[in-house]
Amino acid sequence: MRYTAQIIAGASALAIILGSTFFPTVTFAGGELPSKKVCKSATDAAVKGGCVATDRKKGNCAACHTFKGLEKTRLQAGNIAPPLVAIKQRFPDKAKLRTQIYDATVANKNSMMPPFGRHKILSGEEIDNIVEFLYTL
Amino acid sequence: MKKIILALTAFSLISGLTVMAQASPQSDLKEFRSYFKKKFPSIKFDEYQNGMYALPVAADRRAEWEAIMDFPPYELSLEKGKRFWDKNKLATCFKNGGKGIAHKYPRWDKKSGEIRTLIADINSCLVKKGKKPIKNLKKGKMAQVEAYVRSMARGKRIKPDVDFSNKKALAVYEKGKQFYWARRGQLNFSCASCHVANAGKRVGGNILSAGLGHTAGFPVYRSKWGGLGTLHRRYGGCNKQVRAKPLKAQSDAYIALELYETYMSTGIPLAAPSQRF
Ligand code: HEC
Ligand code: HEC
Repeated sequence: MRYTAQIIAGASALAIILGSTFFPTVTFAGGELPSKKVCKSATDAAVKGGCVATDRKKGNCAACHTFKGLEKTRLQAGNIAPPLVAIKQRFPDKAKLRTQIYDATVANKNSMMPPFGRHKILSGEEIDNIVEFLYTL
Repeated sequence: MKKIILALTAFSLISGLTVMAQASPQSDLKEFRSYFKKKFPSIKFDEYQNGMYALPVAADRRAEWEAIMDFPPYELSLEKGKRFWDKNKLATCFKNGGKGIAHKYPRWDKKSGEIRTLIADINSCLVKKGKKPIKNLKKGKMAQVEAYVRSMARGKRIKPDVDFSNKKALAVYEKGKQFYWARRGQLNFSCASCHVANAGKRVGGNILSAGLGHTAGFPVYRSKWGGLGTLHRRYGGCNKQVRAKPLKAQSDAYIALELYETYMSTGIPLAAPSQRF
């Protein structure tokens, strides 16, 4: 068995390091993660994206990633994946970011990240909204 | 939640399949062990009998667990299992009256040409005595009896009594191995994604145990279940988590998976029953 797993492990080792030193010091640039109430009547794409990202039956991104705003919710972030920070700087190309969510196995064949679009976990519109949300992080 | 079940459509094995296909169970075992030895150098081999509590990241939960294990919540179930065992004189079907034998399961049965689990043997013993077999193979009576038999082999090192030179036995093993490494479900995870690659990490608030030693504590008592549950009950739960269809307890696929997981835990001392959250 060749544990390609190690590639993933490498990425998440980074997450642990970043996670522990980063997490407590994250400052809040924007607002807070949208509450359930806000989500019910949201019209803004980024807000709607935040709703999908934090919904445990939808994106559930916090199962693996930490990102700002979570510390004010009851969601417990996992540490499988790198923290979602400075996304705009690191993904200037929106299409590439969208692909990462649509099908993470494009960039990394052995990715642990669920192929949200390819497996129809999320709709195309939901993914577009998440991209807008990620740009606020 | 969308109920789209894509079990096995996303069939893909973690790379190295070609190497794996030619590997023997013995060489698989060696690699499995050395992977965890490298990943968690501070954990002693025998410690893996304790599931996720073996992991350094679970240190703060460990004390609480040890306190629970001082007065384990499964005592009454174990007592019930013993009573059922005695009442039905099940000891007569097993070697050494069932004492100190559970660590050898699953076993290869030459006569029938099958891999037999302890649960299958308990049920066929009942049938042999003209009794009805136990229907629910996930919890209740069967979990209690199984817990009792396995408790009589506590501390014995896992050693499935399987002759892998037999082609049929080897085929079951290969099937279990493939199940373990294949991605499945809408979320597209294999067992190995969580319990090999990401063992020791957290998915949300849940720490992922190492696959090594996985079968040692079963059946386990979980407060979530409100009682004892068998290994196959847990398999069903782990399949559901990735939005894949859970299979029946004691189905061929789960028996194969049990054989693979148990063989990968060879040498780990049995710690059954145990408690989990
Ligand atoms: C089960 C784990 C898991 C879940 C759930 C998950 N991801 Fe990921 N994600 C990963 C891993 C692991 C990586 C690291 C790269 C790789 O292996 O694909 C990653 C990478 C990323 C990246 C690239 C980050 C970088 O720094 O390069 C983005 C963006 C991302 N994920 C967004 C999301 C969003 C948005 C969601 C929810 C809709 C999500 N992820 C859900 C595991 C996950
Ligand atoms: C999405 C991640 C995930 C996947 C995929 C997954 N599991 Fe699990 N599994 C868990 C979690 C979380 C637990 C509970 C914590 C623990 O003990 O690891 C668990 C627990 C277990 C346990 C109990 C361990 C113990 O000591 O109590 C077994 C056995 C197990 N899984 C086997 C499997 C098998 C076999 C598969 C594949 C069919 C699988 N798991 C797939 C997340 C997963």
